[in-house]
Amino acid sequence: MAENSPATIPVRGPTMIRLEQLEKRYPGQDRFAVAELNMEVPEGEIVVLVGPSGCGKTTTLKMINRIIEPSGGRIFLEGEDVTAANPDRLRRRIGYVIQQVGLFPHMTVAANIATVPKMLGWDRARIASRVEELLELVGLEPARYRDRYPKELSGGQQQRAGVARALGADPPVMLMDEPFGAVDPIQRQRLQDEFLRLQREIKKTIVLVTHDIDEAIKMGDRIAILREESRIAQYATPTEILANPANEFVEEFIGAGSAVKRLTLTRVANVPIGSWPTIDATADDHQLLEVFRGTEKDFVLQLDQQHRPTGWLTRQTAYHRNLPRQPLAIVSTVTPQATLLDALNAMLRTNSTCAVVVDQSNTYRGTLDFDSIHLLVQRDVRKERFSEEGAAPAGEQKPVAESRDDA
Amino acid sequence: MAIVAPPEAGPTAARQPPSAAAQPGAAGRSWARRLGGYAVTPALLALAAAALYAYVSSHALDNVERRSLNSEYIATRAVQHVELTLAVTALVILIAVPAGILLTRPLTRRVAPLLVGIANIGQAVPSIGVLVLFALVIGIGPGIAIAAFVIYAILPVLRNTMVGLQQVQPSVIEAGRGMGMSKNRVLAQLELPLAVPVVLAGVRTALVISVGTVALATFVNAGGLGDIINNGITTNRAVVTVTGSVLTAILALLVDWVAGIAEDLLKPRGL
Ligand SMILES: Nc1ncnc2c1ncn2[C@@H]1O[C@H](COP(=O)(O)OP(=O)(O)OP(=O)(O)O)[C@@H](O)[C@H]1O
Ligand SMILES: [Mg+2]
Repeated sequence: MAENSPATIPVRGPTMIRLEQLEKRYPGQDRFAVAELNMEVPEGEIVVLVGPSGCGKTTTLKMINRIIEPSGGRIFLEGEDVTAANPDRLRRRIGYVIQQVGLFPHMTVAANIATVPKMLGWDRARIASRVEELLELVGLEPARYRDRYPKELSGGQQQRAGVARALGADPPVMLMDEPFGAVDPIQRQRLQDEFLRLQREIKKTIVLVTHDIDEAIKMGDRIAILREESRIAQYATPTEILANPANEFVEEFIGAGSAVKRLTLTRVANVPIGSWPTIDATADDHQLLEVFRGTEKDFVLQLDQQHRPTGWLTRQTAYHRNLPRQPLAIVSTVTPQATLLDALNAMLRTNSTCAVVVDQSNTYRGTLDFDSIHLLVQRDVRKERFSEEGAAPAGEQKPVAESRDDA
Repeated sequence: MAIVAPPEAGPTAARQPPSAAAQPGAAGRSWARRLGGYAVTPALLALAAAALYAYVSSHALDNVERRSLNSEYIATRAVQHVELTLAVTALVILIAVPAGILLTRPLTRRVAPLLVGIANIGQAVPSIGVLVLFALVIGIGPGIAIAAFVIYAILPVLRNTMVGLQQVQPSVIEAGRGMGMSKNRVLAQLELPLAVPVVLAGVRTALVISVGTVALATFVNAGGLGDIINNGITTNRAVVTVTGSVLTAILALLVDWVAGIAEDLLKPRGL
């Protein structure tokens, strides 16, 4: 089952990377680190390699750009056999991001990002504008960060600079080994969201390694769950894996609470977003009172001229006229790219019952409250129970949403 | 679930301010402090030199003493001393840095302990011993002196070059290789620049060691401040011996001071 599963996968785009009977045995080791791996990575997709520690994920990834030379098998890139190609030239076509980032400490951010373009002999003007463009792309303001040294960046900023560097010469393929592993959970979620947004623009073919199944479900267009010796236990879309785990190993690996996990599959953008009473920051006390009359809520959301949320106003504010308004700070905001699990986490973390949804430019899009998430989970749990009793055919066991496009 | 608590209870987690990384004032302040630090050593050395001058002037010098303690004699010996020291250190760098690079490459890494062992012996044998051995086997003169002192000072530079290259983060090298930098490019653009501070520390040590050992050059007729010390001993004139010794010490500290400044200036930014 495991060995022939790649063949049965309906590949959407043309194949970008193909691994054929790829294997690796480290010298002096009697076991394979990677054994007979066959796999196709379609163009423009994020394929996540996930599996228990030591199962060979990193080895597999590093064989694609031949940082580790395979002991057998073939590697194809865009249909071309690169198993014996010049490794340095091969690697300039493949972006590479590692967990420790590995920025060059004695070079500025700009010089770091310029590494590959320089090797490819681009002229200075082209390199400078490319650096600018990449810094913008990963959300580092060029004027501010271009000339900094890596130690002058926070962990998250370093990770972004690392991604920008990997994108240097616009390679079609990116390899990423636990790229979000070295930052704290809040940063990680933010970087993941940003990266997904970025990917919608750049549409690279990405192979990403993680040992975190939640990250895999969130990031992957496709997930390869690997067991020891990098044998494929299942290679499918996240939805498919959660709905129909191919075997016990997969079931165990995705663990309990797949209903909750499905929250990871659903983006905030794909669920009905509620509305909350809002008020213009410039509104007078009379208008504020009107708003509170029209609602049972004890809080209304204050928006500025650009429709950006600036704080919560309490009912009391409305009754104490003529006092300067002091809105309460908004602490949990989520973007449409965030998953429902992210939203739930944000609420739990801040002990609130709703999260404010804002888009990239911080414009108010609506609110998402605890109850609606609760409802979605309940619906899923009920379905699961029915299917276990055989009351509902397995085919109907659809996840809440699997579309990745923004509504 | 009715909303009774504020949707967002309290100021629990005010959003993190954007991380403030580089503080503009910090660099300037540390430079000011450093400049202050730079001034201390020469001031103390000037004091020591003045004290020495006062001590010598308080003596009525006899003829024998005057032969060693005149400004022309002292100046030539001092210049010789500096020249010998620089020649030794230059040779040490020319030999030890490439050797250190070679010994950290995968192919030759295995012989590294052997060669470091030999360099260790070079330093463990008393320098006067090496010098006399060379003189007996080959003869006397500045060339011999330089060769002997090079052997003696090579270890710190060799060891620091190796350590400097080995302490480069593997992730930096992996990132470089992963982006398609060749091994030589990784060496030239990543490993060597990142090893510079450690190598320079080794060179500084070698310089100071050399100032000391060059004082022995007098025994193979190669000049230097050792001549003054030696004159004092052979003619039994304490004031001459003291002058030679103190001058050597001042020179050593001065060289260390200059090397320290060079170290700060040559260190790549961002480290
Ligand atoms: N350089 C090496 N020499 C010998 N064995 C190695 C080497 N690198 C990895 N291995 C072995 O190969 C197997 C796969 O290692 P690999 O690093 O690919 O695992 P991984 O799936 O990335 O694990 P993790 O999640 O812990 O990073 C492991 O059993 C490991 O011990
Ligand atoms: Mg790994």
